[in-house]
Amino acid sequence: MSKPVIATASLAGCFGCHMSFLDIDERILALVDLVEFNKSPINDIKTFTKPVDIGIIEGGCCNSENVEVLREFRKHCKVLISLGECAIMGGLPAMRNAIPVRECLEEAYFHSPTIDPADPKIMPGDEDLPIILDKVYPLHEIVKIDAYLPGCPPSADLIWKALTSLLEGKPLDLSYNLIKFD
Amino acid sequence: MSKPKTPIHFTVDGKKCQAFLGQTILQAAKDNGVYIPALCRWEGFEPAGACRVCTVRVAGRTMAACTQPVTEGMAVENNVPDLQDMRKSLIEMLFVEGNHMCPTCEKSGNCELQALAYRFQMLVPRFPFQFPARKVEAAGKKILLEHNRCIKCLRCVRGVRTRDNKAVFGALRRSRDKEITVDQALAAALPEKQARQAMDRCPVGSILRKEVGFVVPIGKRKYDKEPIGSDVEKAKD
Ligand code: SF4
Ligand code: SF4
Repeated sequence: MSKPVIATASLAGCFGCHMSFLDIDERILALVDLVEFNKSPINDIKTFTKPVDIGIIEGGCCNSENVEVLREFRKHCKVLISLGECAIMGGLPAMRNAIPVRECLEEAYFHSPTIDPADPKIMPGDEDLPIILDKVYPLHEIVKIDAYLPGCPPSADLIWKALTSLLEGKPLDLSYNLIKFD
Repeated sequence: MSKPKTPIHFTVDGKKCQAFLGQTILQAAKDNGVYIPALCRWEGFEPAGACRVCTVRVAGRTMAACTQPVTEGMAVENNVPDLQDMRKSLIEMLFVEGNHMCPTCEKSGNCELQALAYRFQMLVPRFPFQFPARKVEAAGKKILLEHNRCIKCLRCVRGVRTRDNKAVFGALRRSRDKEITVDQALAAALPEKQARQAMDRCPVGSILRKEVGFVVPIGKRKYDKEPIGSDVEKAKD
């Protein structure tokens, strides 16, 4: 029998959730025996090459590319996991959500302390750049999500527990010390 | 001389309990080792009935356990699935109504709202996030008021006073537009102990004593190991 397939992505996140994933330490050896990785920054596979059993996404959606990747994951993955505070509620990037986008961009490109007032004021607007969304969206406000693992980052134990439960077809039974928002 | 207290009998989810006339359902339940979750309540302050997290049911009617007096023979429903889910939904509403970025919050681990979310296993709120525009009042000397996290429980308005009994905090407007105000001059004059008390009485990370954030390490904070309410439940074991 072929192994279950896993894919992962980091959208508007800091890669901290992926780091925490790697924090499962020597259990990673067991994981290699249990599953096969497809599209993921961990192995640098850029495109889906087969259907995926479990998709894991960190980070919310802050631009059009994030939305595209998220939808692609939804299409290819049987189960999609929202991993970490940013994926679940927008997180730190969502601190801009009550401020109009133009104001944010002007602050970054025109008024920030590192801008030389003598320089021409340029705001990046190349058509090849992804478009910034009006606000940062949690994943479940864009596609259907099947499981949520909170934390900033979620602990390695939580990720391990969730993955092994899913692989064994057991319900996710989380003890008190595994659910933390920080 | 106070009159001798008359004991009365009531039940919570079928458990036989004893109370005294004049006690609220919440107080009486606590004395019997039954935890009824609550947020706006602070022992010693006039109950406000503001958050409704302590909602229980008696004879088919829901009521706030923090304001409702217990009566002889009362059969209280507390830990039942539909009430628990309603309480959870109230907590979820409080999360989406403000901006709660727990990873950046000084109160994380000691926060009663977060602790209730843990107790109720809130993995994601069922409501869409509102991301309201709220301000941070950081100019004060001692006290920082972080409106993004305020749940309008009014504990500060009810219970933080100067020695000559002046209110340090107030409230503007009503309902979802309600906003807490602080008299920064009075706040700056609060003795250290009271400034800390103001911070501790706020259930969330909205009132902060400046320059003392993140003093307790992760793992040693109030709700790191055990759910909120464990003390009440353990007391009667
Ligand atoms: S006040 Fe509580 S719930 Fe809100 S951000 Fe701080 S720790 Fe989280
Ligand atoms: S500042 Fe704190 S204590 Fe005051 S109403 Fe807001 S949440 Fe309650």
